[in-house]
Amino acid sequence: MTRGSGPRARAPRCNQNSGTQVTDTPMTTLETERTLLARLRAWYSAEDANPTKRVQFDRPLTPWLFVLPQLAVVAIFFYWPSVQAVTSSFYIEDPFGFGSTFVGMENYGDAVTSSQYRDTALFTAFFCVVVTALSLGLGLLLAVKADKVIRGTETYKTLLISVYAIAPPVAGLMGMMFFDMHMGPIKDLFALFGHDLRVGIDYWDTAIALITISVWKQIPYNFIFFLSGLQSVPVPVREAALIDARSGWRRFRDVILPLLAPTAFFLLIINITYTMFDTFPIIDVIVKDKPANNPMTLVYKVYLDGFKGNDIGGSSAQSVILMVVVAALTVLQFRFLERRVHYG
Amino acid sequence: MAGLSLQGVGKTYSGNVDAVTGVEIEIADGEFIVLVGPSGCGKSTLLRMVAGLETVTRGEIRIGDRVVNRLDPADRDIAMVFQNYALYPHMSVRDNMAYGLKNRGESRAVIDERVAEAARMLELGPYLDRKPRALSGGQRQRVAMGRAIVRQPAAFLFDEPLSNLDAKLRVSMRGEIRRLQRRLGTTSLYVTHDQLEAMTLADRLVVLNGGRVEQIGAPLEVYRSPASTFVAGFIGSPAMNLLDARVEGGRVVLEDQAIGGAELPEGPVTLGLRPEDLRLVQAGGLALRLDYVEELGAQRILHGFVGGQPLSVAEAGAAPLSDVVRVAVREDRLHLFETRSGHRIERAGLAAMEPAE
Amino acid sequence: MQKIKPLDHLVLILGVLFLCVPVVMALMSSTHYPVDIHSNGLFLTPGDNGLATYTKVLTDRGGFTGDVTGLRMLMNSLIMGVGFAVGKIVLSMMAAYALVYFRFRFATILFWMIFTTLLLPLEVRIMPSYQVMSTLGLLNTYTGLIVPLLASATGTFFFRQFFKSVPDELLEAARIDGAGPWKFFIDVLVPLSKTMMAAIFIIMFIYGWNQYLWPLLMTTDEHFYTLMRGIKSILQVWVGSQIPDYNEAFALAVLAMLPPVAVVVIFQRMFIKGLTESDK
Repeated sequence: MTRGSGPRARAPRCNQNSGTQVTDTPMTTLETERTLLARLRAWYSAEDANPTKRVQFDRPLTPWLFVLPQLAVVAIFFYWPSVQAVTSSFYIEDPFGFGSTFVGMENYGDAVTSSQYRDTALFTAFFCVVVTALSLGLGLLLAVKADKVIRGTETYKTLLISVYAIAPPVAGLMGMMFFDMHMGPIKDLFALFGHDLRVGIDYWDTAIALITISVWKQIPYNFIFFLSGLQSVPVPVREAALIDARSGWRRFRDVILPLLAPTAFFLLIINITYTMFDTFPIIDVIVKDKPANNPMTLVYKVYLDGFKGNDIGGSSAQSVILMVVVAALTVLQFRFLERRVHYG
Repeated sequence: MAGLSLQGVGKTYSGNVDAVTGVEIEIADGEFIVLVGPSGCGKSTLLRMVAGLETVTRGEIRIGDRVVNRLDPADRDIAMVFQNYALYPHMSVRDNMAYGLKNRGESRAVIDERVAEAARMLELGPYLDRKPRALSGGQRQRVAMGRAIVRQPAAFLFDEPLSNLDAKLRVSMRGEIRRLQRRLGTTSLYVTHDQLEAMTLADRLVVLNGGRVEQIGAPLEVYRSPASTFVAGFIGSPAMNLLDARVEGGRVVLEDQAIGGAELPEGPVTLGLRPEDLRLVQAGGLALRLDYVEELGAQRILHGFVGGQPLSVAEAGAAPLSDVVRVAVREDRLHLFETRSGHRIERAGLAAMEPAE
Repeated sequence: MQKIKPLDHLVLILGVLFLCVPVVMALMSSTHYPVDIHSNGLFLTPGDNGLATYTKVLTDRGGFTGDVTGLRMLMNSLIMGVGFAVGKIVLSMMAAYALVYFRFRFATILFWMIFTTLLLPLEVRIMPSYQVMSTLGLLNTYTGLIVPLLASATGTFFFRQFFKSVPDELLEAARIDGAGPWKFFIDVLVPLSKTMMAAIFIIMFIYGWNQYLWPLLMTTDEHFYTLMRGIKSILQVWVGSQIPDYNEAFALAVLAMLPPVAVVVIFQRMFIKGLTESDK
């Protein structure tokens, strides 16, 4: 049934149905129950202040059938582990598996004060800045050029986009061999400049490899979004800019770039999250479980401490810290997403 | 086929916003009723309550002799034509028309026959297997009507069905809707904000303002004796001039000039003058200081001021005009309204008097 | 019109080279002998060992148990990609339908419950997720590989936006035509969403196919290894061997990237639409 405003329409109705016969007698129990039921129903399906649709279905059970699968998956595989992550961050697990002790904030304290954790956090920040800046910049550059040329746009587009589909671990595997100390062409390239590249052994050499591979993998994504952002700039706006500004750089800076700003901001957040989380496989392949003197990100440390180091409490505490960071980032992005919808 | 009856119908949205209040309309079987008013006047809400797409907060809606307040839209025996057509984009024209019948469990034969019939009536035969996106706006509108026709409902409900069409098509579709409705004899309730559309289509008009009925009546009746300043200003184009005047000593005085008699108590009154009831004269009458002139071909509309008040005059002439022209008023075409309430003062209050010289 | 500037093309060509040469090199090197690669470096031209290498990678039983073939891993990756994409579409369409088209009391709360999942990627709760899976006995199962990844609202968010953009009148017309919630969903909404479903399918297939960390943890039984997991194990075998089987590693990489790249290239238009409109 379709109902515009449930409570008002329904409550008087029930009285009216039977009220004609019982005008003089006091309300029977059945009567009260019916009213209660009516009120309950009215409350249950009360109108939303801004409903998503002008008319909505008003059934008590059907919507539950539709959300139930998603809800079950979310409850079991999202809320349960998330809650557990938070809980176990307050405990220290016995190394032999004989139970755990509540230690309060100790795990957090240990994590934050450890110099290793701080180094990793610093590297993660550095990694984020460099990878995001490079992949955004190169993606934008290529998108602007691809938007500009007339001949061969489709070919360039296809070639530039195709790399998007390559999985990070595959990228990592390929990168590993390109940086290989025996036959890697990139090693030869560095040798030309007199640098002996030793990926996996030298801290900064490994970092160079990680950054190169991560940027390589992410450029197509940024390219796609920038290009579609550029192509959604209305032709009249471009033409108006053509009349108002002589230099191409000025037109780009004063007209196109501001219109791209929403896309760029969205990509900024996405790229930070990418560098923090999705580079995991690249690191895993390049560093190969031998973190000895190699750079890594916070997420990789969570994994190492938890699975390899068996420090479940410490790993959980680190998880929770990361959760806070990423949640903040996502809230930013989410607000933005809602806003972006209005653009079209 | 059935009549339609709305008794004390009202709608209150959450937050105590009254969208519609106390609407009483009795619609005879086969009648074509147009609900007209500015946007936000509640006309669409009223229609949607009849359709069952909005709940009825107060009052009672009957279709035929059934109270339908709590019935599902599908059970009300109505059909609706939407402004944006609301055709199912993935279904062919044929399936669009047949969908409702299929859901009602009509037999294949009945469905085919009715769809064929409707397609013939609307000249949609060649398009039956096309998807809506392959049709023009006018054709889509016809499909939407076809979908309504095949149901053979007790009433058609139209929600601004022509608003999405261009001006020329709108005029021809208007004629088509009217012819079709005559032929089928189905009771129709039609919502529009376009007073011209309302005038040309309706057996009776229902003029709505702020969720209330201002006037119900045949188009000419409403045009000739609007019940309020609102109706007077809304129906008719160019709009009626509404001027501040006074009754002094049994005469209506506009800007110090008596223009007609009225046996009314002394005091302010709103004077209504239709532009087409005014004519230019060489001498006497009101002095109209011209502002600008709109040339429409068959006639021209002069806009100007009488004293400080704007006044427009529609006239057929083409003679050159001076800055100030003289305008005479036909006294039997005066409209008077109470200044406070805007209600019409019936002609009984107007006494015969010599035209002002 | 602007003039064609050689500089623009130069930049684009350099970009294409940077992105594509590694792929070409991987493809070409996979057809050479490991000894040649070891002494001469990577190749940009095809060799004559391709057939043998790919036959070996696809059909030879390998791994620690000597029981898993490349073909098997390919199939597992396919199951993972398709299963994830289908599951995602079904679950999120249904949930979005309930949230948009029904009026019920807990809609808002449910909305926030589901959309909170967007806040935390799997990586930050990987430890407890693993524990939950082992509690439920879902390690080394396809269910365990696929279903937990569905606990994210990207698809729901997307379909919700799409449903909101469907004109209200369509539901109203359908209700006058006597369609209830199930009928409306099946007869109108699902066919209407076809293009969107296809676009989402492509994105999600790639996402599922490319999963690495989760299969790494969930599968110890090599029968459930995906290609991504295979890459990890080929690297583990690698350590200590004299001349590693570079060609086989490259062949595995090619196998792992071929299907998603093909999907992207073939369905480019739909893929871009899905990506830019769903934002994941």
